[in-house]
Amino acid sequence: MIPACLLVDLPRGEAYRLDIDPPVSVFHTDDGEVFAIDDTCTHQDASLADGWLEGCEVECPLHASKFDLRTGAVDAPPAKRPVRTHEVLVQDGMIYVVPSTDAPNLPPCVASRLAGGPA
Amino acid sequence: MVGASLAGLSAARSLRKQGYDGRLVVIGDEPHRPYDRPPLSKEFLAGTLGEADLALESDDEDLRAEWLLGARAVALQVDGAERVLLLDDGREVRADGVVLATGAVARNLPGTDGLAGVHTLRTLDDARALRDELALGGRLVVIGGGFIGAEVASTAYALGLDVTVIEAAPTPLAGPLGETMGGIVSALHEAHGVRLLCGAGVKGLSGEDRVDAVLLEDGRTVPADIVVVGVGARPCVDWLEGSGVELDNGVKCGADGRTSVAGVVAVGDCANWYDPRAGSHRRVEHWTGARERPDAAVAALLSWGAAEPGVPRPPYFWSDQYGVKIQFAGHAAGADSVTVEEGAPGDRSFLAVYRCGGQPVAVLAMDQPRLFMRWRKQLAATPS
Repeated sequence: MIPACLLVDLPRGEAYRLDIDPPVSVFHTDDGEVFAIDDTCTHQDASLADGWLEGCEVECPLHASKFDLRTGAVDAPPAKRPVRTHEVLVQDGMIYVVPSTDAPNLPPCVASRLAGGPA
Repeated sequence: MVGASLAGLSAARSLRKQGYDGRLVVIGDEPHRPYDRPPLSKEFLAGTLGEADLALESDDEDLRAEWLLGARAVALQVDGAERVLLLDDGREVRADGVVLATGAVARNLPGTDGLAGVHTLRTLDDARALRDELALGGRLVVIGGGFIGAEVASTAYALGLDVTVIEAAPTPLAGPLGETMGGIVSALHEAHGVRLLCGAGVKGLSGEDRVDAVLLEDGRTVPADIVVVGVGARPCVDWLEGSGVELDNGVKCGADGRTSVAGVVAVGDCANWYDPRAGSHRRVEHWTGARERPDAAVAALLSWGAAEPGVPRPPYFWSDQYGVKIQFAGHAAGADSVTVEEGAPGDRSFLAVYRCGGQPVAVLAMDQPRLFMRWRKQLAATPS
């Protein structure tokens, strides 16, 4: 369980990027729900924390792929693979992320970098 | 659905999502299932993405559609309550509703037919042919300094070709970005040793069976092994002449995609939508428009006008050139000023805001995705 940030420090409609490897982003929706997903778009290397949050959906800032924050499912192309989701807990006003043990769906360029290959 | 690219696929998805349960026929003149076009001038051309990577449908997706691929619609007729599509192979498709998503076709230079080494880039087949030639190396001349031309030049430069870009206007990209920013973005070419010849009209091409040079109107000759013609596209709407569908720079549509014929809507590059934000019709050839607007058009098709059209987000597009991410949203044409708000153009990392009467109307960024998104949202929140 990794502490992310205080709930009061994350206004609704905003995202907080946790710089772990691979990075995870915590989203606070306009309805007051908190979700955590892998920060990197599954299509190409872009930070979803910089994306367009609307309802329970985030749109990639570069190529406009959309992901459902609740399930990680792709709601709009060009991405085809879902983004990995993580469990979120809020205790005493602090947001915690429970990192998923599933394999992440990273874009090809990032996956090869993490594997130590050429970017 | 007439058209099986992003706009047609998005319309098919919107129909199913909005509860349409009936028969769905998708007609596409290319033989391929829907594929993503932006990589054709970038990663696909460079060889880092393969054809399977371009597929827009996911493996487990089932739209319950009948795909008529490799078939071109040649006429649309209204027969009572039915719309009838005639195909080039003689088939006839009868429908209650029609989505026109025929896209656009690349413009070519007159008199270049049959000359080997001369390419346009619009389709997967175009990209395959160009990729195979670029792999042989040599001197590439790109005619047209717009986004397609610039991306091809950037990709070919990275592949090690000797590249020249020829632009007829004094500044490339002046239409979409304005003179100042067009100059800044197109300066990427020369910064990488790609020659950029501006204000250079093309008189013709020379070569017997295969092109060997581009001839300019000022008398200069630019030697070439490969030529890419990137001089824009025109909407594929000739086949609708006489159908009753009003044409004006594409299919003329209302703010919800409805055409002048009941039961017929248009989306994507072929559609000239009324943009309430701009107060005029705009035919937008952006990927994001082709993906987003079918939702509204399908709602209008299913209800025929009972649904109130929302104000669409400002048009957005991106381009990748020489490793730099270029992003743009809004309409530059209406601006009376443009100011750099962050970074410096010389560093190839900056954000510039276009304003009209003090109101932001467009935003351009190089390698500033986070700040760009803030401005893009602000632009969308600005009342039209």
